[in-house]
Amino acid sequence: MDVKRKLEILADAAKYDASCASSGTEKRDSRDGKGMGSTDAGMGICHSYAPDGRCISLLKILLTNACNYDCLYCVNRASSNVTRARFTVDEVVQLTLDFYRRNYIEGLFLSSGIIRSADYTMEQVVAVARKLREEHHFRGYIHLKTIPEADDALIAEAGKYADRLSINIEVPDEGSLKNLAPEKDVRAIRRTMGRLRLKLDEAREGAKPTPRGRTAPRFAPAGQSTQMIVGADSANDATIIKTSANLYGSYHLKRVYYSAFSPIPDASRSLPLRAPPLMREHRLYQADWLMRFYGFDPDEIVGSESGMLPLDMDPKLAWALRHRDRFPLDVNRASREDLLRVPGFGARAVQRIIETRRISSIRVGDLAKLHIPRNKALPFIVLPDHRPAVHLLDSAQLAERFKPKAKQLGFAF
Amino acid sequence: MHTITLNGETDFDGWRKAARLLAMNGVAPEDVTWRVADGDEPELFPATLDVPLQEMRGTFNVPAHFVDLAQHVILHRNPERFALLYRMLWRLRSNHDLLQLSTDADTSKLESMAKAIRRDEHKMHAFVRFREIGREPQSHFVAWFEPEHHIVELAAPFFARRFADMAWSILTPDLCAHWDGHDVSFLPGVDKSMAPSSDRLEETWRTYYASIFNPARLKTKAMQKEMPRKYWRNLPEAGLIKPLIEKAERVTSEMIAAEAQEPKKPQRREDAMARSHSIAPTEYPDDTSLAALRDEAADCRACALWKDATQTVFGEGPKHASVMMVGEQPGDREDLAGKPFVGPAGQMLDKALKEAGIIREKVYVTNAVKHFKFVPRGKFRLHQKPATPEIKACRPWYEREKALVKPELVVAMGATAAQSVFGKIVPVGKTRGRVIDLDDGTRVLVTVHPSYLLRLPDEEARATEYANFVEDLRIVAAHLSEKARAA
Ligand code: SF4
Repeated sequence: MDVKRKLEILADAAKYDASCASSGTEKRDSRDGKGMGSTDAGMGICHSYAPDGRCISLLKILLTNACNYDCLYCVNRASSNVTRARFTVDEVVQLTLDFYRRNYIEGLFLSSGIIRSADYTMEQVVAVARKLREEHHFRGYIHLKTIPEADDALIAEAGKYADRLSINIEVPDEGSLKNLAPEKDVRAIRRTMGRLRLKLDEAREGAKPTPRGRTAPRFAPAGQSTQMIVGADSANDATIIKTSANLYGSYHLKRVYYSAFSPIPDASRSLPLRAPPLMREHRLYQADWLMRFYGFDPDEIVGSESGMLPLDMDPKLAWALRHRDRFPLDVNRASREDLLRVPGFGARAVQRIIETRRISSIRVGDLAKLHIPRNKALPFIVLPDHRPAVHLLDSAQLAERFKPKAKQLGFAF
Repeated sequence: MHTITLNGETDFDGWRKAARLLAMNGVAPEDVTWRVADGDEPELFPATLDVPLQEMRGTFNVPAHFVDLAQHVILHRNPERFALLYRMLWRLRSNHDLLQLSTDADTSKLESMAKAIRRDEHKMHAFVRFREIGREPQSHFVAWFEPEHHIVELAAPFFARRFADMAWSILTPDLCAHWDGHDVSFLPGVDKSMAPSSDRLEETWRTYYASIFNPARLKTKAMQKEMPRKYWRNLPEAGLIKPLIEKAERVTSEMIAAEAQEPKKPQRREDAMARSHSIAPTEYPDDTSLAALRDEAADCRACALWKDATQTVFGEGPKHASVMMVGEQPGDREDLAGKPFVGPAGQMLDKALKEAGIIREKVYVTNAVKHFKFVPRGKFRLHQKPATPEIKACRPWYEREKALVKPELVVAMGATAAQSVFGKIVPVGKTRGRVIDLDDGTRVLVTVHPSYLLRLPDEEARATEYANFVEDLRIVAAHLSEKARAA
């Protein structure tokens, strides 16, 4: 089988993993002329976008799609009939270097089906990173998938080469993981996340400048992340958000990726096939932001009996509609925390408001310059030249105003 | 009216020099026309000034941020940019805070122009596609790119940092950047026909692009927002977009319609993947029965605490330790490490034990409740006191541990531990510091929990309480040496 055909199979097998970021690592470059590549400390770069709207920043592939496990949601499960392939270590290294030189990618995201044993699989994954870093002095981004319960020395080595490590929690509810992925053990996954966090903490402590210099070895400077599949089991949004809050708090994850369960070829009969709940996935990302950047408590984000986020409006708007008594808010006076809760006010807009209002008061005409959508925000705010009609905030129609008109999803050529 | 002619589209220094001179001569923005010299003209500035301006000494201050903003905005293709920047400079002299006023029309315009430049630069970093001429190690990598604004000089250093070890050129209609391994040099723009039209890796890259796309999640708007069509012309993968979209809906509906597979019997699995639940090889090789108990406890679901925690934190120590120390429950670090007393409270305990003359490795250390109870608060986990049902649910583990270790003295640290050891709530203050014999023959010493010492706010109280804690531990030490003498 030639490399191109393997790439076809092993990229296809990797496309269900939502992680794509190449951000948040240390700053590196190759000006010493000894190797190739660079990374920025801040933003990563997306080199392309696929028609599924997702960013392509890394060569995202599996080392092999052969797997001992039989997870029902997974196209690579042992009982699936997909064509199997396996890259050699050298093939992955060459492909990464060739793509990188042409500026197609920021680096490599390598994952693998589990073959032989956790240690064997992890060793193969680490071998690719070792070769890239040590033999080719590759300075680009490397994200490795950690195999649960792999030997501690292998994990430490992975963290030495990788910018980011991840391990997927798979589904939000432990009970359903038992049914869907009988060989996977959520406890083992959590223990591995815990081990990663201890190592990350240690490296961070060691990185602080001391008279003796750095004390701890480098370990995955871009931290760890995870992915949760949404919609393959019956867990509701409240459960998902609660699980995420727990994971962020416990293991200091950089990101939790939500991946709408997607119809897969050669699916198992035990899973219902349906279109992926993309809007639900989108709402969960919004809820995740509210938690991480807007000071929302996980418990207050979902307000419905069903434990589900509304699909027809964003979760912040839905929250505001449930808490009308806290509005309208005087934009020229309200605290930062309160401003962050106004529908349509992004974190950047709030920052601008706070800087601007020190100098001059903000009026309706200014909203556009602050990039705030008028219609969304006006019912909730007071400005010198605007006060929402008293009955508006109380009216049942308010929610209706925000529901999107039925629109056609098209692609104009 | 003054006409200022700049040397080029990105002549920031020329603009700056002229702007300073104009401003110091009090020339109002409406009285200035800005233009760029077209190639053949000799340098014209400042010959076209209608009224000679006084070369003035001195300078005036503008916010530092303005210089950065102006350096970006000047790269914009909008021909109004020089005038807009001069107007801003003029206004800043009387209103120093203007740049913080996002609601001002000029500020807002400059901000969005600067943002467009940064975005274009970012897109250039992303969408340049090199094509190889010749073969390594003699190869030269050449790209053709059409930036929206005059950003080649701004974006080039990025490529120099990244591809320091290869020869590359980025050709554009405005300006070309060349890297020879040491420096970037710039030459005038060229025609697209000068750039190579293919690369041996392009088919492989297109294969990757097509394979990584998930047809079941078509979201073309999101794609176009981030990868506007104006950049598609020079992306080798863009030609695939249309056919992929057309195929996507068909493939997905076929996939959903397809008869689902009857699950095949999975092949082997028992061999290597037999999962071991053991957390770490134990350092006490003779405690097989304790190890078995530990394995059993790893799967405990007797109360709800297991759910949010990472793992059961079981006791640790030599099998026949004569002292068993019981704490409250694992904390954040114990939960991650799977070992008792490794966090701050553990360090406090270690220190106090040492001071009392006790070797930690000789005592068995465990907790009354074996899972961490907490509420997540952002990046932290706030420790919560275990409730009576949880203490009760967990008590059998303590009892079974005790039955195996058979300690002569149990040290209960804190109220939770005392509650578990006595099987009922006992006040720590009253029972503390003396050895109590229980009906089942267990001898118990009650003391405080080391984390209590950590929580005391004032230094003096902490020192006193710590000394008391060490005093209590000396009772344990005395017990140990008595035992050693007897032996
Ligand atoms: S706290 Fe104790 S009783 Fe509750 S689940 Fe954990 S080990 Fe079991």
